[in-house]
Amino acid sequence: MAVIQRSRADKTGIVIRYVVLAVGALLFLLPFYLLVRNGLATEQDITSPSWKLFPSSLQWSNIAELFNNPAVPMLRSLINSLVIAVVQTVGVLVISGLAGYGLARIPFRYANAVFYFIVATLLIPAAVTFVPSFVLVSSLGWVSTLRGLIIPGLFQAFATFLFRQYFLNFPRELEEAAALDGTAYWGTFWRIVVPNSKGFIAAIATITFIGSWNAFLWPLVIAPDQSAWTVQIALSTFLTAQTIDLPQLFIAATIAILPLVVMFVFLQRWIVAGVERSGISE
Amino acid sequence: MSTVTTRLRGRHDRNLWFLIFVGPFVLGLVVFVYIPILWSIWLSFFDAHNTVTPANFVGLGNYVDMLADSAFRSSLITFVVFALFIVPTTFVASLGLALLVNRARFAKTFFRSVFFLPTACSYVVASLIWKLSIFSGVRFGLMNTVLGWFGIEPIAWLSVTQPPWYWLVIVTARMWLQAGFYMILFLAGLQRIAPSLYEAAAIDGATGWKVLRFLTLPQLRATSTAVLLLLLINAFQAFDEFYNLLSSSGQYPPYARPPLVYLYYAALGQGQDFGHGSAGAVILTLLIALVALGQGRFLGLGRRED
Repeated sequence: MAVIQRSRADKTGIVIRYVVLAVGALLFLLPFYLLVRNGLATEQDITSPSWKLFPSSLQWSNIAELFNNPAVPMLRSLINSLVIAVVQTVGVLVISGLAGYGLARIPFRYANAVFYFIVATLLIPAAVTFVPSFVLVSSLGWVSTLRGLIIPGLFQAFATFLFRQYFLNFPRELEEAAALDGTAYWGTFWRIVVPNSKGFIAAIATITFIGSWNAFLWPLVIAPDQSAWTVQIALSTFLTAQTIDLPQLFIAATIAILPLVVMFVFLQRWIVAGVERSGISE
Repeated sequence: MSTVTTRLRGRHDRNLWFLIFVGPFVLGLVVFVYIPILWSIWLSFFDAHNTVTPANFVGLGNYVDMLADSAFRSSLITFVVFALFIVPTTFVASLGLALLVNRARFAKTFFRSVFFLPTACSYVVASLIWKLSIFSGVRFGLMNTVLGWFGIEPIAWLSVTQPPWYWLVIVTARMWLQAGFYMILFLAGLQRIAPSLYEAAAIDGATGWKVLRFLTLPQLRATSTAVLLLLLINAFQAFDEFYNLLSSSGQYPPYARPPLVYLYYAALGQGQDFGHGSAGAVILTLLIALVALGQGRFLGLGRRED
């Protein structure tokens, strides 16, 4: 009898948990739905006094109008964002990957001092340094240039730290086998270590790309000219402007998150691995 | 070939290889992190309006001004209020989601993906949805429509200068964006708990809340500490959603300015007052470094596990 009651309680518990999960999932998906709904609606539908779940008709023409609108540098800002995110991701992987490997594997008398010199910067939140960074980059004459947007973001102490920790645990036997072949550090790194670290590299690559694509404060500070706007700055400018074309703004935002949503669907494994690594380093 | 590599194994060549591997990164770090910080510290002792090579030394004047500036102090208070809202709510929400997803027997991956998906969204896009759709202050806004069903008058969420309504908008936006991220960290923590511990607890007859209170939560202590620290540091650096939710046509209201928003307008606004801006940045950096150090083994740095 007691056993039967227990299992009934279990079943109730399971039902309650799934109801909570389902309600939570709906709430979490709702903002995405609103984005697409408003992006494909007419202005009248959005501002209609009676709120509708579905727009009265789907305005696919909003997309063409957005890209044909001379006041909105949509295509240009998307290209800027793509170039910045790709170059920063590749750059961080190469620069931090090499540095992390060197710190983990190449004996050097002052390696520890160099390591502390690097991790000390982790105590300083990157966002707080935007004033001094602006001072430096503007005196280099890099305001509103891709250089100014990309290069300061190439030197990520945290990525170097994660690479070092990862390479410390890389199986030495693999490298020693290569060393017997007479391969020096450079060859070992590119021919043995990198091909055997694809999962870790993919994890760092995805979270770097996401961070770069969604970056806001630095592009806002360093790229005032429209020609250098990233897609986030373009959206923000029209969001905080006085006159707003609602459907165009929403369809622009939908397009802006599309690359990352696609990444989340197909590369989630690596993103989750990256988040786990960046949250807590074991 | 083999003689070449033998020579490359010498100590001098190892130093050279260390330089080749680590040098580019360290050089970049010096130019783009250390030099700006040192320059900024130098600027903070000068009267530096519209110039980054000032000549008028003012000593600690900028620091005194900043600490005496009520707007600067109120930005720190804004941070404290914001942290008091966002840290506990996000912590509980992400832990709750992780516990629910972890125990789900089917559709586990689906639910995990749904709660994680907002991480793909930028603060700008979230602000846009929150400001113009969910918490739109006019009658057709989603929340006001829902309130209307209960006969409640529409609320001008973001234009009411008195709290608490704008806090509700800011905090829910950030929670939606971040909860899934921390849920992933908690899920990873939950998976590290040995199943044998749960079996032992079951044999002892422990169920439900008891298991959570005396087994799961203590086992998650390391994860919880890391999540709290990350939540706090991220709250301190809040800028994007405040800027995008509250500013309009280049104007930001005088209230609800967290430290970075304050700094942005002080240093890069019309005045371009780099002296005071740098002093403010130094003060904020010291504050956050203290918090991070106070938390002890920040990210377990410096442990060489070889």
